[in-house]
Amino acid sequence: MLKVTGITQGIVIDHIKTGNGLKIFNKLRLDKLDTTVVLLMNVDSKALGRKDIIKIQDYTDINIDILGLIDQNATINIIKNSKIISKTKVEIPKKVKGLFQCKNPRCVTTVDNYAISEFTLVPNEGKLQYRCNYCEEITEYKL
Amino acid sequence: MKLQGKHIIDASDLSVGELNLIIDLALRMRANIEEFSELCKGKILATLFYEPSTRTRLSFESAMLKMGGSVIGFSDAETSSVKKGENIADTIRVVNNYANIIVMRHPREGAPLLASQYSEIPVINGGDGGHQHPTQTLTDLVTIKYYKEHIKDIKIAICGDLLFGRSVHSLLKTLSRYPNIEFVLISPSELRIPHHLKDSIIEEHNVKIYETTSLEECINDVNVLYMTRIQKERFFSEDEYIKLKDSYILTPEKLKYARKDLLLMHPLPRVNEISYEVDIDPRAKYFEQAKLGVFARMSLMALLLGRGC
Repeated sequence: MLKVTGITQGIVIDHIKTGNGLKIFNKLRLDKLDTTVVLLMNVDSKALGRKDIIKIQDYTDINIDILGLIDQNATINIIKNSKIISKTKVEIPKKVKGLFQCKNPRCVTTVDNYAISEFTLVPNEGKLQYRCNYCEEITEYKL
Repeated sequence: MKLQGKHIIDASDLSVGELNLIIDLALRMRANIEEFSELCKGKILATLFYEPSTRTRLSFESAMLKMGGSVIGFSDAETSSVKKGENIADTIRVVNNYANIIVMRHPREGAPLLASQYSEIPVINGGDGGHQHPTQTLTDLVTIKYYKEHIKDIKIAICGDLLFGRSVHSLLKTLSRYPNIEFVLISPSELRIPHHLKDSIIEEHNVKIYETTSLEECINDVNVLYMTRIQKERFFSEDEYIKLKDSYILTPEKLKYARKDLLLMHPLPRVNEISYEVDIDPRAKYFEQAKLGVFARMSLMALLLGRGC
């Protein structure tokens, strides 16, 4: 049995659907962090059967919106002195900025560096459909 | 209600009360232009036109000059610092030192919104790609009010390019906010109104929308017929454009079936969607509409500059 110890300070992203762990790791660019990061894949889980987990030591400043776009079942645990001090369930973000491109080739955000793409969620049965704040076209987020 | 200093990017930036304020001042200006000839004396309009548009640009310039103001600007991105690679934000920051109000046309959708985020003086969207064109909408509303005396209880048919036509989108969204407006949308199936726009106006305003591909089917039953051109510049393929461009041509024969009090509108320029013989029909008001557009823009600029009264 592989054993990974808990972290004393930092963040644990738990209940990640198997396969999403690596996607989150890449999107958050965790390989660039100058701290200990653990990606556990296919861990036994009572609720999910199997799950992925990410543990980041001494760092909590991650973009929660990205998590909401990839895996809405994940939970975020903030750890201090080896104890969980807060537990948050990830939600689909209502507003996102700079995380993906507008699909409209005529949108100003596709050509002007000052125009950072910004979107507002269009409620549609759990689909990740976002209206561009600049051109109003709808883009469906796909990883 | 205070319009002074506002940016006008989308007609929805204006409440119905503010729209009515602009419309009423525009009609007062039309009735007595001399009274307003020095209203914007000392004010400078900057026209930043990143793509050609003779009509909108001249209309804005004429509007400012008629109120005693001055005009600076460019009418083609090729002749401006844009060609050297200057971004919108930098251009706007610089122009803020030269003018009191900006009107911007840009082929990129959302460009005027970006401009407004870097501007301390009012920015008016003079058309951004296939997206919004709020002053055309104001012109349309002024025209409807002038000829129909009120903006309510109207069945309006809009014909042509409903997918890319910026005038149409803006008009649909804005008219939906007025009481008891019914739309008949006539277009080839390839150029139907975008789903998101249709869904949002039905959801927000509960308006009646009937979609058809036949102009003849409904011409006898509407108060206003708003024709639009199939815009070549919005197509990626020449073949697609050629296939659709002659879909709807309004002729005197078709107009025989329309009401006697029909108001026939067109945002101009037309290509061939209204035959020239229709111009002498007393119901054809598109050239008057262009004239009213100057008053609409005068009124809007005066109010944004705090000079409306």
